[in-house]
Amino acid sequence: MFPIVEARPLARGIKLFVIKAPRIARKQKPGQFVIVRLDDVGERIPLTIADSDAEAGTVTIVVQAIGKTTMLLSMLEAGDAILDVVGPLGKPSEIENFGTAVIVSGSVGTAMAYPTARELKRAGNKVISIVGARSKDLLCLEQEVREVSDETYIVTDDGSYGDKGLVTDKLKELVAAGGVNYVLAVGPIPMMRAVANVTAPQQIKTMVSLNSIMVDGTGMCGGCRVLVDNKSEFACVDGPEFDASRVNFDILMQRNAMYREQEKQSIERLQANPETEVARVRESIHVHQCAAEAAGVKE
Amino acid sequence: MSNNPLPNKERAKLPRQRMPEQDAQVRAGNFLEVNTGFTSDQAHQESIRCIECNKPGCVTKCPVSVDVRAVMDFIVKGDYLGAAAKVREDNALPAITGRVCPVEDQCESGCVLGKKGEPIGIAYLERFVADWERSSGQFGLPKSKPATGKKVAIVGSGPAGLACAGDLIQMGHQVHVFEALHELGGVLVYGIPEFRLPKDIVAFEIETLRKRGVVFETNVVVGKTVTIDELRQEEGFDSVFIGTGAGLPRFLNVPGEHFNGIYSANEFLTRVNLMRAYRFPEFDEPLYPCRDRDVVVIGGGNTAMDAVRSALRLGAKSASILYRRTETEMPARVEEVHHAHDEGVHFEMLVNPVEFLGDEKGNLTAVRCSRQQLGEPDDSGRRSPVPIPGSEFVHACQVAVIAAGTTANPLIQSTTPGLKTTKRGYIEANEQLATSKPGVFAGGDIVTGGATVILAMGAGRTAAKAINEYLMGPTVETVQITTEAATA
Repeated sequence: MFPIVEARPLARGIKLFVIKAPRIARKQKPGQFVIVRLDDVGERIPLTIADSDAEAGTVTIVVQAIGKTTMLLSMLEAGDAILDVVGPLGKPSEIENFGTAVIVSGSVGTAMAYPTARELKRAGNKVISIVGARSKDLLCLEQEVREVSDETYIVTDDGSYGDKGLVTDKLKELVAAGGVNYVLAVGPIPMMRAVANVTAPQQIKTMVSLNSIMVDGTGMCGGCRVLVDNKSEFACVDGPEFDASRVNFDILMQRNAMYREQEKQSIERLQANPETEVARVRESIHVHQCAAEAAGVKE
Repeated sequence: MSNNPLPNKERAKLPRQRMPEQDAQVRAGNFLEVNTGFTSDQAHQESIRCIECNKPGCVTKCPVSVDVRAVMDFIVKGDYLGAAAKVREDNALPAITGRVCPVEDQCESGCVLGKKGEPIGIAYLERFVADWERSSGQFGLPKSKPATGKKVAIVGSGPAGLACAGDLIQMGHQVHVFEALHELGGVLVYGIPEFRLPKDIVAFEIETLRKRGVVFETNVVVGKTVTIDELRQEEGFDSVFIGTGAGLPRFLNVPGEHFNGIYSANEFLTRVNLMRAYRFPEFDEPLYPCRDRDVVVIGGGNTAMDAVRSALRLGAKSASILYRRTETEMPARVEEVHHAHDEGVHFEMLVNPVEFLGDEKGNLTAVRCSRQQLGEPDDSGRRSPVPIPGSEFVHACQVAVIAAGTTANPLIQSTTPGLKTTKRGYIEANEQLATSKPGVFAGGDIVTGGATVILAMGAGRTAAKAINEYLMGPTVETVQITTEAATA
């Protein structure tokens, strides 16, 4: 059982959770993720860790409500709990002094890119952040990003905040001006692919954080396999970060669409009766809490 | 001594009792257990067939040396709880092994009755007494030895870890089992389907261990959440047993393996079993639809049988095994192959996939295969398949499951300095299952590569014995063991 100690909205459909998970908090490094399962009938989904506090024994995750589980999770509050949280999984981001590092993030991807940006800054890099969103109300963690960046650019599709346009417009300018040594892109697949296309001609080292569909997260099932240099690699143990120039984004998109029909069905089921569903999650947690107390199980 | 009323000659004439099972047509549409279990009358009839050999081959052929002959005698006299207790002396999980052991290669292959007729149904009887015990509610918890004050960490709650935990708690040690997944049981819950091994049975065995004092902690990936060194140095564990099981799925490395609808057997079975995807949408985890579709499973082991029979139960229009050798070479248990045949699984022997084909959306539509013939025996002693030139054909399918074995998961090896591995990445261990790292033991699939539940259990017990010696032995002896381990 993993109690939620804090829950607050960051932007439209984006919510931050601070979760008590002492073991994970002790070990987490930027770029790593957890797999969560909300209750007894829940699916396992990967979520990037945005931050952790080893002393408080907490990890922070930022969730965008786009699928059934993320929608349901977004309806939980402080005082609730998550049945299963396992991690930290995946390889941490590569942190070294590259020189000038550009961090490109889209929407909720900002929460995932932020801890890496912070570490890159600490390692002595000049950090330039480009934060993109469809519109202003989808933007999150702007203040946090500004604090760890030497320069920060906000870009929105509709121009409701910052520059109007795409993150790659800004990136192109920076690349053209020269001196970019390292790029990290975290966000929707089309955006990551576009970033890869911008930096490839200059052969700038570019990493992307891949959001494949996972089950166990430990390399056991191979469901998250991605084609990297035309060879299978597992996003959960070989990634989640990969060299963008080597990733086959088409295969990633295709595989991420594998359960589209079922995802739709699950969302419809949830939306038909959201209160009942949340009540069921809480009931399931409660049953586990009682059982754990009765058995004196260490959680 | 013997309770058997019949003279030996009469016993050998009795026919072997048939295991009652759900009708093949009916069961192919549900996930309920296929075998429904002996009645007590059948158990009696079967047990009195035992001719009580002086040198029982059944015992020597059992990886954990269950005293089968003594167990038979308990059953003959109707003392089923006594029989169960006798099994438990050597086998902590009889309800499980009675269902999943490849008995035709083990105990039953040693039964002298099998030379002329059919061997005793040893596994069926083992299952019968374990089920009897469970439903009787009279399960007596074995008394543990006085507390030693020593703490042992067990990594993995599969058959190796559970067997090891059972013995160590008996010896008076504190036992803490770490499991990476959210549910306990390892391969018993994520791999073996409900229709072959109901999850209730696994849960019961785990609950029994918990009552005896074993502490279980789920959601801990050792190597990630905590390392072996941290367990020993920071959490005060005096010894560690690594029983993490088979690792990464092996793919075929043929073109098209990324099409949607292609699974490793590990993923397919984990979705169906652990995540209950067969009950979607009541359970959230989705599965690529099998209903009214053609499903192929590539491989010939138990995992392949589990996958193909699951596909049938998920409503597949056709479910086929594609195997590159012949049925004789298939490593699956004979009973599983029979069951699969009865349920309507289609067997395509001597074929090997060379390419997967898909549509413009990336969804699987077919597999191109070549026909094989058997050539010279390979390292494993099985005749190697050789492709027949010009024999390629296309088999339509929308779902494919690859059950071609596993390779070692490096999570623990790569985060544990001083832990030696083999060329193939498995953990190196000596006969006592001590690794190159003092106080750290390993057993089961992570040492041997993919094997069976009973062999993993046997390894768990061997390791428990060695761990006990390591913990309780005089200091000098401890040093000797560690030196030996370091050079192993």
